[in-house]
Amino acid sequence: MSILVFVEQRDGRVRSIVREVLGEATRLAAVLGGPVAGICPAASDPGLAALGDAGAERVLLATHEAFACYDASGYTQAVVAAIEALKPQVVLFGASAMGRDLAPRVAARLGVGLATDCTALAADGGRLIATRPVFAGKAIQKAAFPRSPALASLRPKVFAPAAPSGRAAAVEPLATSFDPVAARAKVVRMAAAAGGKVDLTEADVIVSGGRGLKEPQNFKLIEELAEALGAAVGASRAAVDAGWRPHSEQVGQTGKTVSPKLYVAVGISGAIQHLAGMSSSRCIVAINKDPEAPIFKVADYGVVGDLFEVVPALTEAVKQLNAHV
Amino acid sequence: MIQVVCIKQVADTETRVRVAADGRNLDPTGVTWVANPYDEIALEQALRIREQQGSGEVVAVSVGGPGVQTTLRNALAMGADRAIHLKTERIAPDPLSVACALAEELRGAGAELVWFGKQAVDDDQAQVGPMVAERLDLPCVTMVASFTLEGGRVTAEREVEGGREVVEVALPAVLTAEKGLAEPRYASLKGIMAAKRKPIEEKPARLGEPALEVVALELPPPRGAGKVVGQGVEAVSELVRLLREEARAI
Repeated sequence: MSILVFVEQRDGRVRSIVREVLGEATRLAAVLGGPVAGICPAASDPGLAALGDAGAERVLLATHEAFACYDASGYTQAVVAAIEALKPQVVLFGASAMGRDLAPRVAARLGVGLATDCTALAADGGRLIATRPVFAGKAIQKAAFPRSPALASLRPKVFAPAAPSGRAAAVEPLATSFDPVAARAKVVRMAAAAGGKVDLTEADVIVSGGRGLKEPQNFKLIEELAEALGAAVGASRAAVDAGWRPHSEQVGQTGKTVSPKLYVAVGISGAIQHLAGMSSSRCIVAINKDPEAPIFKVADYGVVGDLFEVVPALTEAVKQLNAHV
Repeated sequence: MIQVVCIKQVADTETRVRVAADGRNLDPTGVTWVANPYDEIALEQALRIREQQGSGEVVAVSVGGPGVQTTLRNALAMGADRAIHLKTERIAPDPLSVACALAEELRGAGAELVWFGKQAVDDDQAQVGPMVAERLDLPCVTMVASFTLEGGRVTAEREVEGGREVVEVALPAVLTAEKGLAEPRYASLKGIMAAKRKPIEEKPARLGEPALEVVALELPPPRGAGKVVGQGVEAVSELVRLLREEARAI
């Protein structure tokens, strides 16, 4: 038995999701047995030896100058080459934008099953069972893999990194026959989001606003609280459909499903689609003037009141706390 | 130019999920079935391209039981020219099986653009689009939030963490639509009338053997009862204390 982890890098840096996936890989390896290895397509070594500390015994490095940016066909070829070389029984990806694009390509090329966006993995008598939210979290599906290797992508912010081992990973080159001239899709540039904001799916804290804010300008209150908390800004579908916020900020069944440590819902009543997308957050705070709002049924802490008074007071209190720490 | 839009019929997002007696699937009782919202965005984008070009054909394809014909009929009412129903009796076939059936149908069909939604809002797998691309050896861009077509070349932007990747793609290609790409139109009365005369071709879906097997569908554990900390501004200091000392969230 062995486990292979896709090592995702961007701009020459290994992304934090990789340590989360390696953490789960080492826990699985303790049950299923076998070493944990990585495969990293990159333009040059992004410091892969350091992944030993996160649980990788060895990392295969597939270098090509075209691998500086994500390239679906090239990365697929590299991961498939690593699978053919190491013959793992389980292959894990982060369910990031890159992992969610890449994993189905690898699965289809190998003709094997893939479970997307898993929140738990278990070894049941030597067979892998993937647990994954469906219907944006309204239900939980458990899936098994009739063929080997089993492929799964893991939801960000759910799996803990392994305790530091203090070891270094062996970094070994992996040859690929990638021909960039033949590539028919090419990332030509990356347009950065304003201010290099944290993506909702990777944020530890999220402050979301809804129609209770009455006007798009009032999202300033949300932004100020988010800044004080070091949080990303989210929005309800109603706020997005009204054109107040970009759809990339929408939380819920036709937006993003999130599991932050702290989710603050402001002026959001809690439509079933929204609740589905955020109910797996560790701690939920709701601020709403309607004590009957469904959001209070999932909130750990609720404040019934006028958000235009409560939110600025909360922002001030958090700032004071930050000043004292 | 031929464009194919692959549409999955799903439970409406208002649905309260109940587990069927088999313990593995959605209980279909009382469920309203609709087109996957992201697939409708893809269809809208395809229709706009046909309208801009002033020619071409948009073909809607769906894999499923007899019920999916209502969803295909709605796609025809929105403006698709014809539809193909790949018939299967298997409930909720796995993504690779569906991708194999679609790829078999699309192979040699001459489509320049094959559209999907970025994921279906029922099983949230987000796999079938890129899997079809792989089976057909086509380039693929997933989660497309903006799209331009000029001189037989597509420039697509896809949302990634902290920004957007700008991708250039040669045709033919597979694209999966993110929300915000195009706001789907409602079917007009004229469109609904016209759809009745448009053809839906029926043929068996060639699914192949399952690559992923659902062993259970469960409801998530209910969240423990929360508490209302208080009313208005007076509750703020207690809220901060609880978040700090009890929840250790700040």
